[in-house]
Amino acid sequence: MNTEAFAQLSNIAVASAAVVFFLALLTHLAEWAAAREVLPARSEPVGARARGGSPAAPPHPAGDTGKVTRSDRLGGIGISLTVLATALLAAGVLFRGLAAERVPWGNMYEFAVASALVVAVVYVGLVARLGISWLGPIVTGFVVIVLGLSILVYVPAGPLVPALDSYWLALHVSAAAIAGGAFVVGAGASALFLVKNRAERRSPGSGERGLLGRLPTTAAMDRLAYRVHAFAFPVWTFAALIAGPIWAQNAWGRYWGWDPKEVWAFITWVVYAGYLHARATAGWRGKGAAVLALIGFATLVFNFVGVNLFISGLHSYAF
Amino acid sequence: MATTSPPADQEVAPPGGGRHEGDGPGRPPAVSMRELGRWAWRQLTSMRTALLLLLALALAAVPGSLVPQQGVDSLRVAQYRLENPTLSQWFDRLGLFSVYSSPWFAAIYLLLMISLIGCVVPRAVVYARALRARPPRTPSRLERLPAYVSYETDRAPTDVLADAENLLRRQRYRVDRDLPAGPEIGSETGSGAGSGAGAVPTLGAGSVRAEKGYLRETGNLVFHVSLLIVLVGVAVGALWGYRGSVIVVEGQGFSNTLTQYDEFTSGALAGADSLPPFSLSLDQMTAEFQTEGDQAGQPKLFEASGTVTRAPGEDADGFDIRVNHPLTVDGTSVFLLGSGYAPVVTVRDGEGEVAFSGPVAFLPTDSSYVSEGVVKVPDAQPEQLGFEGLFLPWAVQGSDGVSRSLFPEPANPELDLFVYTGDLGLDDGEPQSVFALDKDDLDLLEGADGETLRLALTPGEQVRLPDGLGSVSFDGVREFARFQVASTPLSWLPLAGLVLAVAGMTGSLYIRPRRTWVRARAAGDRTVVEVAGLDRVSGGDLATDLDDVVARLRDEEEGATP
Ligand code: HEM
Repeated sequence: MNTEAFAQLSNIAVASAAVVFFLALLTHLAEWAAAREVLPARSEPVGARARGGSPAAPPHPAGDTGKVTRSDRLGGIGISLTVLATALLAAGVLFRGLAAERVPWGNMYEFAVASALVVAVVYVGLVARLGISWLGPIVTGFVVIVLGLSILVYVPAGPLVPALDSYWLALHVSAAAIAGGAFVVGAGASALFLVKNRAERRSPGSGERGLLGRLPTTAAMDRLAYRVHAFAFPVWTFAALIAGPIWAQNAWGRYWGWDPKEVWAFITWVVYAGYLHARATAGWRGKGAAVLALIGFATLVFNFVGVNLFISGLHSYAF
Repeated sequence: MATTSPPADQEVAPPGGGRHEGDGPGRPPAVSMRELGRWAWRQLTSMRTALLLLLALALAAVPGSLVPQQGVDSLRVAQYRLENPTLSQWFDRLGLFSVYSSPWFAAIYLLLMISLIGCVVPRAVVYARALRARPPRTPSRLERLPAYVSYETDRAPTDVLADAENLLRRQRYRVDRDLPAGPEIGSETGSGAGSGAGAVPTLGAGSVRAEKGYLRETGNLVFHVSLLIVLVGVAVGALWGYRGSVIVVEGQGFSNTLTQYDEFTSGALAGADSLPPFSLSLDQMTAEFQTEGDQAGQPKLFEASGTVTRAPGEDADGFDIRVNHPLTVDGTSVFLLGSGYAPVVTVRDGEGEVAFSGPVAFLPTDSSYVSEGVVKVPDAQPEQLGFEGLFLPWAVQGSDGVSRSLFPEPANPELDLFVYTGDLGLDDGEPQSVFALDKDDLDLLEGADGETLRLALTPGEQVRLPDGLGSVSFDGVREFARFQVASTPLSWLPLAGLVLAVAGMTGSLYIRPRRTWVRARAAGDRTVVEVAGLDRVSGGDLATDLDDVVARLRDEEEGATP
């Protein structure tokens, strides 16, 4: 097969992945909506009434019985769609690499698509291992947005500009993408933690019902957020503070030059170090730490979007 | 450190006890200087201060990415100063053009480092001792611990404990065993007296105490100490290193002395006279661009080739510098940053003399290599001449009459110039950029029609200037290479520090200190086994792991009974 054909296949695969992710997102939203319908005020669960409303059936909130609710079924479909979309996206990235005959993350478009893939893979992997499908709407929503926006910076497959032609590129960028993918999942967990935490503080017990009832306990979400960040932070350190500077040393003769991209990578690093500290600091645990995780994530996103588009620097031709 | 560890968590209170104590809200109790100093030190080295300083550091780094930085892009700083003179004064006062070497930025990271030392050193001592510690005594009331399981079995307490010891050792615990006082009395007093008092272990009960994850603290200490190593390494590089950039036109050379640089920065302790005395001459600068497809115009290859003389008197060697492939001479490296065009210009003055002739580097402003530059002709008579304008490598006329460049290669070069006369301001001793005119005492020339004169020259073309001021000719185009010459002593040290930091951090984030206790006591003819666990950091799955331990103990039992 020739380059053109691979490039075209890649575009088709990425586009279909985006569509399927969108369907997965809709399914997950429907799942949440279905969970919300099950109002705790009703004396009987929907499922029981459908089967004849036997008064013997013990009242229970949706989700914590052996019975499969509509919401659960939708959740399952959402996961299957996400897996399918992830496979399509992986094919898209692979074909892109074959078309360009190099690592498929050499410009902003490719980096966006490759990071979306990492986010999806990290998420699917964690769904399998830790059952975090409650993050489904957030993760699929994020991936859909990234894939949608990536069209704005689309460039056809082609060779690399000389400055990027280094194997440190492969290491630096793939590590950054892996850390970024994990940070997305961590930010999702922290955000939902904050939502549920707030609701529970306002009216204790509200966390077990309806939509929030589909989320794990705040403690479990906090723990997941920590685990994911604890994985991502050393990888980010490697990407931003080891591989990046080595490459910069080779390309520009200085390992660190306070270029805007470097500045923001540093800011992200410091904020996440703050997050890890906050978890051990009285008065900052829980809410404070989660807010810091979201700030860290915001700086990360700004680095990939804001710095590329609004601030000029050495990195500006790339990602 | 453990979320439970006191030094990390303690709320810092001012010296002399609580804030709301007896003697009124007005004056705090009198404290000695020493106490005050201690209090301040405790504040500085507290976890909360570390956190706030980290956040301050992140925040302080932001303006440097928004305001152009002297050390990063001095040309843009100069441009910014021209465009915003008043604002620039304020920026200068606040050090905003050089954030990362400003006193306030330094203050934050130095405080952070002091806090770090104050935090790490005392802990290092404590944890060096803890590293050799034995697992702590079995608490008398295991059921109060966060994870607790108990069951009964037919096996003898000593056998259960032996199994537990083996099992926990296999799970890489450090294990100690307290043997039952004696099985024969144990069966009688098993449930009675002991448990109520609390302090004394139940008579006749033996226990296994186990702890693992001792290296977590080590990892954390290694991580924080590595940050100090990184800082020292960066400081050495910054103090003894130097960096300069220079533009070299094809056919010209460069020798490594201060005066030859267009831009030069060096650390406070780097002697500018100690630059290695090599010299280069550039024969050819090749810049190739994608000619087809949608990425047409993107750079494909940059390569500078020529000869290098490593020290005066030595033979010259050929070199070939590409992006990502520098040339290294005596610990100094020469990097190729980019390329550009230098139109060759000849200016004759009003008296017909050649007042200037040679290539002039024009700096590319965009990816199609539309380049800006100036030509200064101080020797022109009767008046000094200055030219400012654009070089277009592949010029096309837009429908609006403005020329653009279609492509970075010089297939249809055009040189557009405005002409100035007057005083170039070169004699007043102030250093001037070679890429900008000081227009204070210059007048823009007008053409015969009264409009601003704008020359548009193609190669080989010569035009006369009005008012008998002379003529300009555009003789051809050469390429130039933009080199960065840099030496960063000990650049491996920050790298080593960071590698160590990642290693330490990995240990610290993944090693989970955990304590597990197993107690077995005879109760009648059965044995009651209690298993309990305590995590010293959050994030682990204590209950599940404890269930697993119990399941394995019971497996052993089944394996042993038949
Ligand atoms: C240069 C600034 C600092 C940075 C970048 C930094 C970074 C980090 C990071 C990334 C962690 C989590 C990884 C690990 O546990 O090893 C951490 C943990 C920790 N740091 Fe720092 N740190 C800094 C300064 C300090 C200071 C000044 C203190 C003393 C107050 C401190 C005390 C701690 C403690 C106690 C932990 C363990 C927290 C836990 O168990 O989760 N750090 N630090």
